[in-house]
Amino acid sequence: MTAYLLKRLIIAAITLVLASMVVFAVMEILPGDPARLMLGFNASADQVELLRNQMGLNAPLALRYLHWAGGLLSLDFGRSYTYSVPVIDLVRERVVVSLPLTLIALALSTVIAIPVGVFSASQQGRAGDALAMGAAQLGVAVPNFWFALMLIYLFAVWLRLVPAGGFPGWSAGTWPAVKSLLLPAVALALPQAAILARVARSALIEVLNEDYIRTARAKGLPYRAVLWRHALRNAMIPVLTILGLQFAFLLAGTIIIENVFYLPGLGRLVFQAINQRDLIVVESVVMLLVAAVIAVNLLVDLSYAVIDPRLRGRQ
Amino acid sequence: MKLWKIIFATAVLSFAAASAFAARTDLVIGIPLEPPHLDPTAGAAAAIDEVLYANVFEGLTRIGPNGEVLPDLAESWTISDDGKTYTFKLRTGVKFHDGSDFSAEDVKFSLERARADNSVNAQKGLFAQIDKVDVVDPATVKVTLKNPQGSFLYNMGWGDAVIVSPKSADTNKEKPIGTGPFKFQSWAKGSSITLVKSDNYRGAPVFLDKVEFRIVPDAAAAVPALLSGDIQAFPFFDPDSVSQVKDDPRFKGVIGSTEGETILAINNKKPPFDKLQVRQAISYALDRKAIIDGASAGLGVPIGSHMSPANKDYVDLTGLYPHNVAKAKELLKEAGLENGFKATLKLPPPSYARLGGEIIASELREAGIDLEIIPVEWAQWLDQVFTKKDYDLTIVSHTEPNDIDIYSRKDYYFNYDNPTFDKIIANLNLTSDEARRKELLGEAQKILADDAVVGFLYELPKVGVWDAKLQGLWENAPIQANDLTKVKWTH
Repeated sequence: MTAYLLKRLIIAAITLVLASMVVFAVMEILPGDPARLMLGFNASADQVELLRNQMGLNAPLALRYLHWAGGLLSLDFGRSYTYSVPVIDLVRERVVVSLPLTLIALALSTVIAIPVGVFSASQQGRAGDALAMGAAQLGVAVPNFWFALMLIYLFAVWLRLVPAGGFPGWSAGTWPAVKSLLLPAVALALPQAAILARVARSALIEVLNEDYIRTARAKGLPYRAVLWRHALRNAMIPVLTILGLQFAFLLAGTIIIENVFYLPGLGRLVFQAINQRDLIVVESVVMLLVAAVIAVNLLVDLSYAVIDPRLRGRQ
Repeated sequence: MKLWKIIFATAVLSFAAASAFAARTDLVIGIPLEPPHLDPTAGAAAAIDEVLYANVFEGLTRIGPNGEVLPDLAESWTISDDGKTYTFKLRTGVKFHDGSDFSAEDVKFSLERARADNSVNAQKGLFAQIDKVDVVDPATVKVTLKNPQGSFLYNMGWGDAVIVSPKSADTNKEKPIGTGPFKFQSWAKGSSITLVKSDNYRGAPVFLDKVEFRIVPDAAAAVPALLSGDIQAFPFFDPDSVSQVKDDPRFKGVIGSTEGETILAINNKKPPFDKLQVRQAISYALDRKAIIDGASAGLGVPIGSHMSPANKDYVDLTGLYPHNVAKAKELLKEAGLENGFKATLKLPPPSYARLGGEIIASELREAGIDLEIIPVEWAQWLDQVFTKKDYDLTIVSHTEPNDIDIYSRKDYYFNYDNPTFDKIIANLNLTSDEARRKELLGEAQKILADDAVVGFLYELPKVGVWDAKLQGLWENAPIQANDLTKVKWTH
């Protein structure tokens, strides 16, 4: 178990270092000068140069990479070019929107997908299965921003149950804040739930054809008990793998959804920072997201061992 | 019985009175872009002025709703006979929002700071003619220019020329302190900026107690935000979405003018665009009406040179190159390009460029010019097109007011070089006589049109949509600002 954990940790560390190089390189290759963007059409070339110097953009590339990467190690994420405040402050303000949003969406997608998958698998080939999988197919096909707009018109404009967008801040109270995250969470969750339900269904069908299921049935266990206790547990590994990957998709999805709902989250921050060529913000926030995705997948790897006792002994 | 009647009448009256006084005093305004920071003297982003101009910060002069120059912190001024010395009489009893007094020293400080060598003011050119600034007494400032400058009073009305206090100049980016009728309250980054009525404003207090500028980047999200009542005004609305709300009696859709000349910019030094006939052929190939219909929902006024039709010095030159494909082909033949040629068209993100680009590409194809469309984002556009001049054609709207002089700038991205034009602009800069300026501006417009320097398309419309009960928002956009000093709810 320790060796397994150690191996996973080393792989995670190497991935982080490689990711930092790729992220930095991509942002540097991207054409565009943050100083020119700030000063606009009318500023002279000298003035742009002056601002570039003030922002520290004229230092050599390797030096800037080392400075930035070294800062990350000591949890110093640098200062935003455009906002001229520490990046960590920006992240702190934004993460309280994006993290709850992602977690609610993840929870929703699991709560919807698993029962639907189990239902479909148990009804395999019958009308209920066809209906559920048809709905899932639709969920996969519909783009989440369009779905988001339909939700807004229904629940915000017509029924007036929730605001059409925006975020009042947690200081406005828990319920108003959660309320403004509900529609975006649903819009984010449904396409993911659809994928997850399909995976759960096929994993379960495969397990249901195993010999030990027949044995369990033969010794007199009720179908329901076999399905939920024996079959589902064994079908969990592919489901968990997809769930871990979906965390990354959800984070990426927040870029679009936070724009449609004008939520001040990390996705919006990255989107804005890319447009303004606030390189340091993009680089640092993307690295944080990479770290989050790696951490979640590490957790998923570890949870395999919890679900499948055979993995605990293995290297 | 009588008593009952009196009580009833009093109750009705007081109800009526109460509801008359109970007009709303709060407002949520939607803006498409978040300002990078809140200091108008340190950035070109229009979003900074859209929140702060006239509301929080004031200048010596200010620009009014129709582009006129009005007194602001300077209540009056005199100009010396040689046109070089401006003596400003300042308003007294003015306080900054932090409680400190405003005086001539603050004016000197602000102007010196803006024109200093290490200044990063995005419009440093506005201050280039200033030779020295003298404090005569606490309520009088004398500004001496190197040369007479016809546009000096207008220049002092820009957001980039607002007066700041030395105490707060370095912190205005996060916590702006000005002299205006609204003061800054809070900024929830990525979400909204809130202003409240200032309690130490010198003049008549404004009608609104609290204004929230909420950032709504997605045009598709603006419509439901308006319909649900979350946001009550979008002063700069997407022209394509206006049809969704214009028939709703709860809202008012107002189409006004801007200073945004939308042009098909041409790289004048790059063959074959260095040939006059080729540029003229492009102008003949363009069908402005079709472009306005397709790219701007039919809103927008055609232009024939680089001047807003709302400007008093505007000359109508739209008839010079009527849409005529045969003529365009003939001119290309004269230029030795009877088989046409290939070129690129780089398009920045705004819909006027992306939609307009498709239409222009098909129009030029009819004349034999085959365009490859390359979409770019703003950062790329500024880098490749504006700075490196690596382009053939591009579409962009020049939203700065009175900016015909850009065609005389050395090394500007048009690559246009015409000594006659440069001389007119140099002359214009030294002239403050209105009639003479009009004459010179007319000549300048004519030269640009004759040379077909760029394809002049149309003046960008200002499309504003707001609650029908709101009054006092600007109809036009002579500068990009949301002046809320006269805004009120009618009931």
